[in-house]
Amino acid sequence: METTFYAAAATAVLATALAITRTNVVHGLLYLIVSLLAVALIFFVVGAPFVAALEVIIYAGAIMVLFVFVMMLLNLGPQTVEQERRWLTPRTWIGPLVLTVVLLAELLYALASRGQATTGPVVDPQQIGIDLFGRYAIAVELASMLLLAGLIGAYHLGRRPLKRE
Amino acid sequence: MAGIPVTHGLIIASLLFSLGLVGVLVRRNIIFILMSIEVMLNAAGLAFVVAGSRWSQRDGQIMFLFILAMAAAEVAVGLALILQLYHRLGTLDADGAATLRG
Repeated sequence: METTFYAAAATAVLATALAITRTNVVHGLLYLIVSLLAVALIFFVVGAPFVAALEVIIYAGAIMVLFVFVMMLLNLGPQTVEQERRWLTPRTWIGPLVLTVVLLAELLYALASRGQATTGPVVDPQQIGIDLFGRYAIAVELASMLLLAGLIGAYHLGRRPLKRE
Repeated sequence: MAGIPVTHGLIIASLLFSLGLVGVLVRRNIIFILMSIEVMLNAAGLAFVVAGSRWSQRDGQIMFLFILAMAAAEVAVGLALILQLYHRLGTLDADGAATLRG
């Protein structure tokens, strides 16, 4: 289990370092997704499986999909086809692939060890839910208002730019 | 069960945070700056969860949920700003927006 933790930590740091030094945005995004998955594995190992699932679903899933959508919106033009052709060479995806295979091996090990992969006590989601809507009810309301403000802000900023008169 | 020392988890979190900070300071592509901010938020969440697991408390994980909600709102607004900036200036260089006037 310690090995799992340190391997995941090394993967996370390496993938993050590679992510912020890429010149191509999509390559950086690939490495960033690997880094987030590695952090999710760290969460799983330290006994927070609920948070690990949320990390994968929301961070590596939803937020990164938003980034990719914006990439698609920005890169309009004929040069994108040429770019696509260049991205399909093995050189671009071999790095994230290797790091992801490390994570996959750790995941298989964690599944095979049947609950022995975590260290310390595991906090189950039910307790988190009870606390979240008990003691932290006001903070949940504030988070919902923050998300609403984000929604309105993104809608306002995302409109087509006004025509110059 | 011999757990992982909480120090090691915090060292990992601080390493990731420093990488994000370096990314914000060094990169001039505005999308990479936003990605580095995500890395920093994630590192802060990692510190919360590791510390919470050290004392078998749920509060660390609940704080991570709030960080998650905040990151989602921040990314939505940030990406909308990037789109607007690209439409107006035609560049993703953060220095291109250095001459904003009201």
